Amino acid sequence: MTAMIDISEARKSFVMHLQGGIELPVVRGVSFHVEPGECVVLSGPSGAGKSSILKMIFGNYRCDGGRIGIRHQGEVIDLATAEPRQVLSVRRCTIGYVSQFLRAVPRVATVDVVAEPLIANGVARAEARDRAGRLLRRLNIPERLWPLPPSTFSGGEQQRVNIARGFISDLPILLLDEPTASLDAANRAVVVELVEQKKKQGVAMVAIVHDDEIRQEIADRIVDVTSFAAAA
Amino acid sequence: MAEREAQDNDQPLLTAEGLGKSYGGLMACRDVSFALYPGEVLAIVGESGSGKTTLLQLLSAQLAPNAGRVSYRMRDGVMRDLAKLGEAERRFLFRTDWGYVHQDPAQGLRMAVSAGANVGERLMAVGWNHYGKIRDSASSWLERVEIDTGRIDDAPRTYSGGMRQRLQIARNLVTEPRLVFMDEPTGGLDVSVQARLLDLMRNLVSELGLAAIVVTHDLAVARLLSHRVMVMKGGRVIETGLTDQVLDDPREPYTQLLVSSILPA
Repeated sequence: MTAMIDISEARKSFVMHLQGGIELPVVRGVSFHVEPGECVVLSGPSGAGKSSILKMIFGNYRCDGGRIGIRHQGEVIDLATAEPRQVLSVRRCTIGYVSQFLRAVPRVATVDVVAEPLIANGVARAEARDRAGRLLRRLNIPERLWPLPPSTFSGGEQQRVNIARGFISDLPILLLDEPTASLDAANRAVVVELVEQKKKQGVAMVAIVHDDEIRQEIADRIVDVTSFAAAA
Repeated sequence: MAEREAQDNDQPLLTAEGLGKSYGGLMACRDVSFALYPGEVLAIVGESGSGKTTLLQLLSAQLAPNAGRVSYRMRDGVMRDLAKLGEAERRFLFRTDWGYVHQDPAQGLRMAVSAGANVGERLMAVGWNHYGKIRDSASSWLERVEIDTGRIDDAPRTYSGGMRQRLQIARNLVTEPRLVFMDEPTGGLDVSVQARLLDLMRNLVSELGLAAIVVTHDLAVARLLSHRVMVMKGGRVIETGLTDQVLDDPREPYTQLLVSSILPA
């Protein structure tokens, strides 16, 4: 079987020009792979670089070196060197990302925020909204909130909208940054179910989860990020 | 979706090669090269005087460059040097295949004629001559930009700033252009009006598959509207990449300064 994600020797540091050009090493020698249907959980203390690694896989942070191989439409693309257009195509068709916080566009209704990734992939608006509604209902967002923009919602509600937006697509790779952080037990259980479902569909996942119980339930393998700590 | 992919992998719509412009001894813009693809939204950001607007005018053939060239793929699929176009071809670009949204709507509209005529005028310029059809099309475009069609016979000087800007957008999009230039499109508007306009532009651009080049000093506008961003300083492009990449992981000192200077709301 061919890995969906194959990272080798990826490296990242920040140079802070406004702080006298100090270099902040983040990670180096990042190497692991993820197979279809597998959920790899990144572990390590805060500040170890877990979120940075997810952002590198999504093409949000640039790599200083190494390789981030992504299986995209039958070919392998190295996201560390890909053109912006290729990265956008990978995000549209291959990689979904549930970020820690919802970056809501003002004025857009919750149901449309969730439906947007499907519409961007050519699904008809009515069908996309229908599927968005079903997922929102499953995540216990009451229907009366659907026409409202999520910017006024509580933290937990926003996070569930974010999860719905991330899980709605049928993309073969999903990155999850603390998807259960601000959720109650009932909603955490829904997220665990959703992850199981994605596994059955063969989706490759990389997740950051601080809750030990959830980690036990969803992780097929754990990658310890402290081994990638860059020497300061 | 296959069609969308094919379009994505298509040839560039517009390319700039080594583009430069000086006013006397002042280099307003130097050595700018990039390619814009169909459906792609590019933001040009930078502070006042960085050369953003000069670059936009070079790209839209309103200024002639001192160095380099801009090429555009005409509807027949052939790449043409803008400096070598005939008058008819230039007219076709300005009236039909391109839109240009000015910061000040008064520059892009005729303030004393009716809103309907402002939209219809671009259609008449491309040969529409059936009054009823022109009016229907104008009216449906007013609806799309959320202007009450009951105001179709009013002149834009009676409109609010936000309505004027939306009317200017309707006037530009009615001919189904493939490329729209926008110069600080939300510049003079209240924050609440800005949000509504940005949302509208975002939807129209994605529904119509438009390519756009947007000049803005507002990084939030760049983040909401654009796929890619070019950061300019002193007439040069100093950093370029995916919009979220450049804004979340800025590399150049000046870009880091810009990003860290945003005031939290």
